Amino acid sequence: MEIPHPPVGAADRVPRLGPMRSEPVVQVQALVKRYGTKTAVDGLDLVARAGVTAVLGPNGAGKTTTVETCEGYRRPDSGTVRVLGLDPVRQARELHPRIGVMLQSGGVYSGARADEMLRHVAKLHAHPLDVDALIERLGLGSCGRTSYRRLSGGQQQRLALAMAVVGRPELVFLDEPTAGLDPQARHATWDLVRDLRADGVSVILTTHYMEEAEQLADDVAIIDAGRVIAHGSPEDLCRGGAENTLRFVGRPGLDVGSLLKALPADCSAAELTPGSYRVVGKVDPQLLATVASWCAQHGVMPDKISVERHTLEDVFLELTGKELRS
Amino acid sequence: MTTATGTYAPRPGAAPLPRMIAAQAALETKMLLRNGEQLLLTVVIPTLLLLLFSSVDIVDTGAGNAVDFLTPGILALAVMSTAFTGQAIATGFERRYGVLKRLASSPLPRWGLMTAKTASVLVTEILQVVLLTVIAFALGWNPHGNPLAVLLLLVLGTAAFSGLGLLMAGTLKAEATLAAANLVFLLLLVGGGVIVPLDKFPQGAQDVLGLLPISALSDGLRDVLQHGAGMPWGDLGILAVWAVLGLAVAGKFFRWE
Repeated sequence: MEIPHPPVGAADRVPRLGPMRSEPVVQVQALVKRYGTKTAVDGLDLVARAGVTAVLGPNGAGKTTTVETCEGYRRPDSGTVRVLGLDPVRQARELHPRIGVMLQSGGVYSGARADEMLRHVAKLHAHPLDVDALIERLGLGSCGRTSYRRLSGGQQQRLALAMAVVGRPELVFLDEPTAGLDPQARHATWDLVRDLRADGVSVILTTHYMEEAEQLADDVAIIDAGRVIAHGSPEDLCRGGAENTLRFVGRPGLDVGSLLKALPADCSAAELTPGSYRVVGKVDPQLLATVASWCAQHGVMPDKISVERHTLEDVFLELTGKELRS
Repeated sequence: MTTATGTYAPRPGAAPLPRMIAAQAALETKMLLRNGEQLLLTVVIPTLLLLLFSSVDIVDTGAGNAVDFLTPGILALAVMSTAFTGQAIATGFERRYGVLKRLASSPLPRWGLMTAKTASVLVTEILQVVLLTVIAFALGWNPHGNPLAVLLLLVLGTAAFSGLGLLMAGTLKAEATLAAANLVFLLLLVGGGVIVPLDKFPQGAQDVLGLLPISALSDGLRDVLQHGAGMPWGDLGILAVWAVLGLAVAGKFFRWE
């Protein structure tokens, strides 16, 4: 009996989480949201599954409006939003205990101490995390008796993060969780997001930082002008459509024409400076083997062979343009 | 090592409603008592006014002991300072700093938050009434009347002032609320029969001022506590109308962010 091969491509795309990945935690269909005459979200579709989903986009792209509609703060002008299968406005009472929310800023009584506010939010939940352990974990112990308005920006951010997770939610929304944080605090936040994911908590985060999305996200949605313009794993987005570059150094004056004949049709090859060669195209193991074998045929030892993959930042700028946004 | 049953494994759920409301009311009261400006308004000013005007004969308070005239007015002022001015300013800044927004996505329902705010106002008022009553007795206060009528006046007065305070907090900018709430406090302190008897004003002004919630509350309390009158239905009616209107309009126009 023959064992059928899995379809090509499926094998190298093993989901990072188990079968849970198939359950959408957030489903947004044709969402439209206007503020006066300004359309903030313009027919946006988004499906987020268990794991970490990063929502990327330039300022004013509609990230916060989309997330806040999922949290039940805004009513869609049209379209549907389902979070954990619930309507965030009409079924808010059911939904709110199951989600954790970190607003972009604020959310705390200006006269409250960090531990006081965190303990309070814990009291609103049936099975909260150990507050002392969370304070320790996020380095909030040093806040002591300082009131919220006198905490540093980083301490305020970490408190807001702690408030989002203390109720042991299934799904956490983090709106720019590391904006303005120093590298230590940023890594502490990333570590917590990784632990949440490992423990089965889904995370939707908005960010400006490509590195953050690459480090944390199972899926990335790039939003521009109120629509999702690209969606996929960071790897897919970097691979898809974007051309990559292979460079090597060899003897000057090699026959580039013959190299080009050996390569697939959509590739280009050039000797940039004497002895320094560049191949542009879809760089995969096959292409690398072709170049190596061509070099062997020509008695060339390819030196300093390197492959430059496109980063998420390249993809992002390619899709959203390089001009400055207001 | 973290697994599916790790530290952060989901275990969502709202706390029981009474526990959430009690926790919220306790926190709100703590924030209020910790705030110096609020204490000035709710405790220091009423206390000083009672002490000052009872012992120094600046305003003609009519026949009888000055403290018997002043105490009902100061109790009305205390209710206004907490339910209206204090609540408006605190809620205005909570709105500005996203506290109301953040709590709106917590398991505590919005009506639960408002219930907690009311409870916090009532707790503060009880502390004020106890303090002011003790001082008044020390100054020789001799109250009359039906305690139930007094309680009814205080509760309806609280409802009327809460509606107006929340309307202001939920519609204006925090800074505008701060300025307006203090200005209104000052104007009503002078023109609402708190320390200056309303009959010192011209008749036309009296007719209008008498319809203010502060005048209805201080007049009603004075009728009962100073003159031993029965149920002051007229004043209770005015307060009830303010309460219904204020809370309804606040409910309609209140913006959470």
